Amino acid sequence: MPDSETPLLDELEKGPWPSFVRDMREAAQKKPAAKDLMRQLELSYKEKVGHWKHGGIVGVKGYGGGVIGRYSDRPDLFPNVEMFHTLRVNQPSGWFYTTKALRALCDVWDKHGSGLTNFHGATGDIILLGTTTEHLQLCFDDLAEIGFDLGGSGSCLRTPSACVGPARCEYACIDTLDICHDLTVAYQEQLHRPMFPYKFKIKVAGCPNDCVASIARSDLSVIGTWKGNIQIDEDEVGKYWESGFDIQGEVVDLCPTKCMEWDAHSRTLKINDRECNRCMHCINQMPKALRPGEQRGATILVGGKAPIVQGALLSWVVVPFMKMEPPYGELKDLVNKIFDWWDENAKMRERLGELINRLGMGQFLRATGLRPVPQMIIRPRANPYYFWSAEEVK
Amino acid sequence: MARTDFGPPHYTQMLPPVIQRNYGKWKYHERLKPGLLKHVAESGDELYTVRAGSERLLSTDRVREICDIADKYCEGYVRFTSRHNIEFLVSDGSKVEQLIAELRNKGYPVGGTGHSITNIVHTQGWAHCHTPATDASGLVKALMDELYDYFMSWKLPAYCRISLACCLNMCGAVHCSDVAILGIHRKPPKPNHEIIRTKCEIPNVIAACPTGAIRPDPKEKSLIINEKRCMYCGNCYTMCPGLPLADAEGDGVSIWVGGKVSSARTPPAFSRLVIPYLPNNPPRWPETVAAVKNIIETWARHAHKHERMGEWIERIGWDRFFLLTGIPFTEQLIDDFTFATETFRTTPAFKW
Repeated sequence: MPDSETPLLDELEKGPWPSFVRDMREAAQKKPAAKDLMRQLELSYKEKVGHWKHGGIVGVKGYGGGVIGRYSDRPDLFPNVEMFHTLRVNQPSGWFYTTKALRALCDVWDKHGSGLTNFHGATGDIILLGTTTEHLQLCFDDLAEIGFDLGGSGSCLRTPSACVGPARCEYACIDTLDICHDLTVAYQEQLHRPMFPYKFKIKVAGCPNDCVASIARSDLSVIGTWKGNIQIDEDEVGKYWESGFDIQGEVVDLCPTKCMEWDAHSRTLKINDRECNRCMHCINQMPKALRPGEQRGATILVGGKAPIVQGALLSWVVVPFMKMEPPYGELKDLVNKIFDWWDENAKMRERLGELINRLGMGQFLRATGLRPVPQMIIRPRANPYYFWSAEEVK
Repeated sequence: MARTDFGPPHYTQMLPPVIQRNYGKWKYHERLKPGLLKHVAESGDELYTVRAGSERLLSTDRVREICDIADKYCEGYVRFTSRHNIEFLVSDGSKVEQLIAELRNKGYPVGGTGHSITNIVHTQGWAHCHTPATDASGLVKALMDELYDYFMSWKLPAYCRISLACCLNMCGAVHCSDVAILGIHRKPPKPNHEIIRTKCEIPNVIAACPTGAIRPDPKEKSLIINEKRCMYCGNCYTMCPGLPLADAEGDGVSIWVGGKVSSARTPPAFSRLVIPYLPNNPPRWPETVAAVKNIIETWARHAHKHERMGEWIERIGWDRFFLLTGIPFTEQLIDDFTFATETFRTTPAFKW
């Protein structure tokens, strides 16, 4: 037996968690590219630096994005990954698949690529990892045959994503899958042809639990919420109590607004809904007994992003409540105004949140026609440096 | 020419019949055991979800194996979560235990629901990225091997979300996680004048630096780095391949804690830096694995039920956090970037 070419990576085949090295090895048995990927990764493990060259622009006809060009910096050692480009493939809303669709994807990828994938990339796309320039168009054509289109890359609208929503979650206050699909289709031009100052992300979450991390990771966060009273099923409350569940300790005492009361004698749970801030804690703990109120919609927030360039931001509330009914005209109207204002005013690589930080929320509100309301802030400003327009000062 | 801009497949084509029948009409759910959820619809229909961890970087063979399992137990449907888990959706409750047994048998861990550690969201690392300061898949594998029991069980006080990004670009957007592992560089870029001259738009590169550390070098028709001002964000390298900053000794990982995205009880919060640097030590990154395990187990020992990492720390105070975890406090933990003063203490009320 010859010694292994990848002794360091081999270590990662041990242990209980599923090993990506096993997958690489399986792919390597069929594809020279996968084998050289392993060998190059082994070199990175030895030298503690990456071995991919910076960038490289490649693509398919008609698109400006969706493909990440990737070239090895050691093609002398690893000729089969001299070119090793990624295709970002737009996932179906909520990451649901038929096995037929998945198998078809695998067939296309075995024909054109390394046989390695990510399910999924951090933004949500299906990632097809590693092919050559000459295979890109052929692969895209075959993907189109089976109904899969590319996602976004570069300074464009990135592939929107959504939580599982009404498909399998009783908390969903909005149809996350439909909103995500509708916006994705409506904004194909912005998705496939980089034309913005930088990337723009949209994520849709069905409730304030935000399982898709929209508040941290998207320039536009759509988060389901409700108005009116939390719906209480008294019988089910009683059953939680009978089962030994500590309603006082685990629910009432942890309510951030202290708007709940539990009376064990009469077995009644009271909620002062006017003081509830809809944080979801009580509903999370007692899903059989408590449900969101009946009047459903979404809170719209903007500006979330990771640190590059000026620092990380969480999304800010700009519309406390918006009804969400197809064709989502009010939302698209807002999105269009945001795209226009950002596109016109942002510097290169300036995300929406950074632009608002630089120019002021006032300018953003005037540009989008949104009305200032107390729900937008935690507390008002503590400095006296504010603007008046000439019209306001007669 | 092939058709373009047709968008993703419509999700309705991908939903199992039980979901198509009960779409938007789910009544409640129960967490039966780690990795197993039961959703009940208004109609009375039941849907079981078996959640399994995955390595995210999957071969087509692995995807086909997942399909085989889904064909056998789930009528040919399967979904993935935002955290790289696989979810097998079963409408026939009698098949659930068989499915779990088969998954275990094939090496898929079943868990990651409720008060557990779920799969680690992560990026590409050395496997496929051009700006990484560390690997991603390997470090995640090393960590999950060590934290395996916390995936499979409900031993923790609350949810714990671990995320990893291999550089400050943060494709993994780890900045709001209970525990975030972030690859960092520690050395300024090394200008390659030839590449800068021929491939880079010099004004754009200068503008890309958040600390103003880059100025023109008219003599070389290139750029000069004021190394004292550089904090190694790598934004210049993203703009210009002539400014590489990866380095075997300089690169490594940093650890951040206490972030969350849900609004339950407390608002979403950023993770905060607690360990500024640990070395890259492949293939198992023992320092990083030990540090993360220590933080998680210290939290698990001291937190109240339902208290996320950040909620616990805010209750006891950061001064107490450093004492309990034994993590040394260093100058790097005091912010000196934008809005730094918001993190300085403005009261003499604190703990010894």
